[in-house]
Amino acid sequence: MQVRPSEALLICEHCDTVYRRRALARGEVARCARCGFELDRHRALGVNALLALILTAMIVFVQANMWPIVTLGLNGQYSATTLWGMIITMWQQDAQVVAVLAAATLFFFPLAKMLTLGWLLWFARLGRRAPGFAPLMVGLHYLGPWTMSEVFVLGALVAIVKAHNYFDVVADPGIYAYAALTLLITIFAGVDLRQLWHQTPERPL
Amino acid sequence: MSGLPRAADLGLIGCHVCGLVCRNVPGDERLDGDGVHDAMACPRCGSSLHRRKPNSYARTWALLIAAFLLYIPANVLPIMRTASLNDIDDNTIISGVVELWVKGSPDLAVIVFTASIVVPMLKFFALTMLLLSSGRGSDWARPQRAKLYRLVEFIGYWSMLDVFVVALLTALVRFSVLSRVEPLPGVIFFGLTVVLTMFASMSFDPRLIWDGRNTDD
Repeated sequence: MQVRPSEALLICEHCDTVYRRRALARGEVARCARCGFELDRHRALGVNALLALILTAMIVFVQANMWPIVTLGLNGQYSATTLWGMIITMWQQDAQVVAVLAAATLFFFPLAKMLTLGWLLWFARLGRRAPGFAPLMVGLHYLGPWTMSEVFVLGALVAIVKAHNYFDVVADPGIYAYAALTLLITIFAGVDLRQLWHQTPERPL
Repeated sequence: MSGLPRAADLGLIGCHVCGLVCRNVPGDERLDGDGVHDAMACPRCGSSLHRRKPNSYARTWALLIAAFLLYIPANVLPIMRTASLNDIDDNTIISGVVELWVKGSPDLAVIVFTASIVVPMLKFFALTMLLLSSGRGSDWARPQRAKLYRLVEFIGYWSMLDVFVVALLTALVRFSVLSRVEPLPGVIFFGLTVVLTMFASMSFDPRLIWDGRNTDD
């Protein structure tokens, strides 16, 4: 009952077809010949570049959360909100489910993802596996689709257009920070995080 | 065996979490994925190994049906109330789209319509079709079905759009008696629908598409 691992092979996640792993040239993408799923792609960004991007994302994330997103004006009265202002309002308005969803997908999960990645990459840069490497990698896998900052940006755009018919709308710095965050997220979407398993040496058991 | 060997043919099993290729133990029912308690762990990441996602059909059906049941009130009930001095206006998802269209942003109306109506409906139809065809072991249009599954997985979370719109408007439009926006129960049902459909598409195992009677394609 032995489960012996093999690093030379690659199994398509979507159809279980087995391939031999091979090095990819710049710009190359390996696709499954049976189902078309992306198996592997050339890693254009090294650990250093990824770490730099994560640090940038963290700075932008702080700004996106602290600065107001939009200001509305009506007859000389003004009303602005931040992300947390929105979450708290939803809670007070008896939409706790929405408040929790927003807090999780727009604040806690993105934050957890960035901190985890920063931690793992920092140690990878030193050529080591970070403490808690395996459980954190598993955590990242499950966090995958549950961060929704980019959806929120589009939502903010829709809200601005809707409000525009009745109010004076001023876009605040927060929305620009969010736009920058979306760009960074898009870059990260193309990064296969599983590469970290290969890039850091496993400590002998 | 066709030119493209599958993991089971070679006595292999891929970790669903970290991708590590491990040796399959034929006949060991712990690897069927149904016995959640007594699973075998991936030597690299420690997640339990299984040939297919555990109870994929039952879980996906259950989540999909639950999501569909919540989708009904999400559409029937209003999601947002706009109150001003002499007017109270309750909007459903559809009436919000219509309003956007009429008030001069048809392009955004199309985006919201896609995110709130087209995407959830597509998920219901696509997952139902995938569950039925894979359950029968059908070899019909397999590459297309695989592609459809990836589309459903990729676009799923964009449905949250309308929830965030309502939340942001609620937080912004707070001019005491002059003008206020309040969330209404529809938005809660809608948010839950999106979460459940996301869980549904995650619990469906796309490997099942290729597991039919005739694997030699």
